Amino acid sequence: MKSRRWFQKSALLLGFAFLYIPIIMMIVYSFNNSRLVTVWDAANSPTLAWYGKLFQNDQIMDAAWVSIQIAAMSATAAVILGTLAGLVLARFGPFRGRSLLSGMSTAPLVMPEVITGLSMLLLFVALEQLFEHWFGWSFGRGMITITIAHITFTMAYVTVVVQSRLASFDDSMEEAAMDLGAKPAKVFMKITVPLILPAILSGWLLAFTLSWDDVVIAQFNAGPGSNTLPMVIFSKVRLGVSPEVNALATIMVLIVGAGVVLSALYMRRAEKRRKREEQMAVANG
Amino acid sequence: MANSRALPAHARLRSGRLGPLWDLFFRFGPLGWSHYIRSHWAGQRLVIAIPFLWLLVFFVVPFLIVLNISFAEWAPLSRPPYEPVLRWLEDGALQVKLVFASYTYLLHEPLYVSAWLYSIKVAAISTLFCLLIGYPMAYAIARSEPSVRNIYLMLIILPFWTSFLLRVYAWIGLLKNDGVINQFLMWLGVIDSPLTMMNTSFAVYIGIVYSYLPFMILPLYSNLEKHDQTLLEAASDLGAGPVRSFLRVTLPLSIPGIVAGSLLVFIPAVGEYVIPSLLGRTDQLMIAKLLADEFFMNRDWPRASAVATVMLLLLIVPIMIFQHFQNKELAAAKK
Repeated sequence: MKSRRWFQKSALLLGFAFLYIPIIMMIVYSFNNSRLVTVWDAANSPTLAWYGKLFQNDQIMDAAWVSIQIAAMSATAAVILGTLAGLVLARFGPFRGRSLLSGMSTAPLVMPEVITGLSMLLLFVALEQLFEHWFGWSFGRGMITITIAHITFTMAYVTVVVQSRLASFDDSMEEAAMDLGAKPAKVFMKITVPLILPAILSGWLLAFTLSWDDVVIAQFNAGPGSNTLPMVIFSKVRLGVSPEVNALATIMVLIVGAGVVLSALYMRRAEKRRKREEQMAVANG
Repeated sequence: MANSRALPAHARLRSGRLGPLWDLFFRFGPLGWSHYIRSHWAGQRLVIAIPFLWLLVFFVVPFLIVLNISFAEWAPLSRPPYEPVLRWLEDGALQVKLVFASYTYLLHEPLYVSAWLYSIKVAAISTLFCLLIGYPMAYAIARSEPSVRNIYLMLIILPFWTSFLLRVYAWIGLLKNDGVINQFLMWLGVIDSPLTMMNTSFAVYIGIVYSYLPFMILPLYSNLEKHDQTLLEAASDLGAGPVRSFLRVTLPLSIPGIVAGSLLVFIPAVGEYVIPSLLGRTDQLMIAKLLADEFFMNRDWPRASAVATVMLLLLIVPIMIFQHFQNKELAAAKK
């Protein structure tokens, strides 16, 4: 038994080292003064020089703003669509087209990005032609097309999260509310949404992150002047390592790290409170 | 529920927070239609229709367009650069022109054949390494104290929330000739001259394993965590050693987790674009890179569409297996 504990401990230790050493090295080198990213300039480091350069880089800052807008819009829309899809799949029982809906909503999880990107672009090209033919006017490609593409692939994640959250509750509370005369929309807003709120929140964050992070789909669907942050990073990094990117990465890791830790703490407290209330309800009922 | 028109107006307006909105929507909608939805309002049809239509328009129709264009003839000078498959002639007849040139090219051109084989090889090897690293970790987490389990899980998920692109980028700094690993090994005196690790298959394996490891660990963990410990006790009571009881009890029980995790890594890895572009070989392309080059550089839309179609056909079986396991998992969670 003791040897197995030892084996498990070292598996975890090595695994976490593998996951975190690259990130830590990236953070360390963002404070390096040398332009040769991997040579540590001990005399002049640590320095915040690259952070200053980063915030003066208009290209990166503009792209970051574009990315934030796209990610916020697509996460919000994806949460609405994904919650509906998850609700339908988890609660509505059998109906015609259910397996098609379930297939359509899980396939984007594993679909290679190049396929999604290419097919969305070809759709938009076809739509542009139709618009031009019918109205003599057409939308250009840009933030809107990227957002629609992102909604489509991120809503799959929201659907899965919401669906599995709903699957872990039975529908007795919703039924009780219905029996007491509440309308379906009211049941949804007063019972179902509070129950799945953690799933909705984490679905939104997940969708935001995925959209914020995506290079390939954005590259296919972007137009002139709609460069997202990952697109800018990708083209910069292809030419070699850049210390500004290290600084950017450090900021992002810190924000995300803080966010994840805080939300994990919050979720744990919310879960505990919910359990306690349920127990109270049982004890009082 | 039958017909809420029978209700007094104030009751109608207060039906849930969505009430007034719906009411305005229906009051000004075409009469027959609003009556239809009202009388069926568990709202069901509408609620089903919204995500359904969205996915139909933005997920299924695009594939049909890709399929359509893959049979078109490349016309580099027109805009868009292909001759449409379907065309209405002047006399009202419908002309159908299917061209298989893109597909025959894909299957015979050595560049493409080797890209296919290489992509599958890279994805398979990376999946195997993911499993070899991920399984012990998932196992260790599932067997650890419940109090630390959530912390471990958070540590697994945390990198996933940070930018995928930047995590791949981090490896450039480690793997370069004058990178951290080479400098460290030379300082140790293990090697005299730097190892070439960038722009090799090895770098791509590392990149994929590193980026997709959480996708392997999480399904494995959620499977391993559910195992009934009494089975292992029974095995040890019957005289099985730890290795034997692992091989005979734990491993067979965890096959659904292994399959789900492996597919979650393998399928996207075949079509991986970013990792091989940043870390991979320049003399041997993966299929996604070929697709993108064909589209953006040669502007050969039919051929790019044909590559996408073939890739989808190759992946459709693994995708369906994945969905099968996904549905089983959800059904099990329901019980």
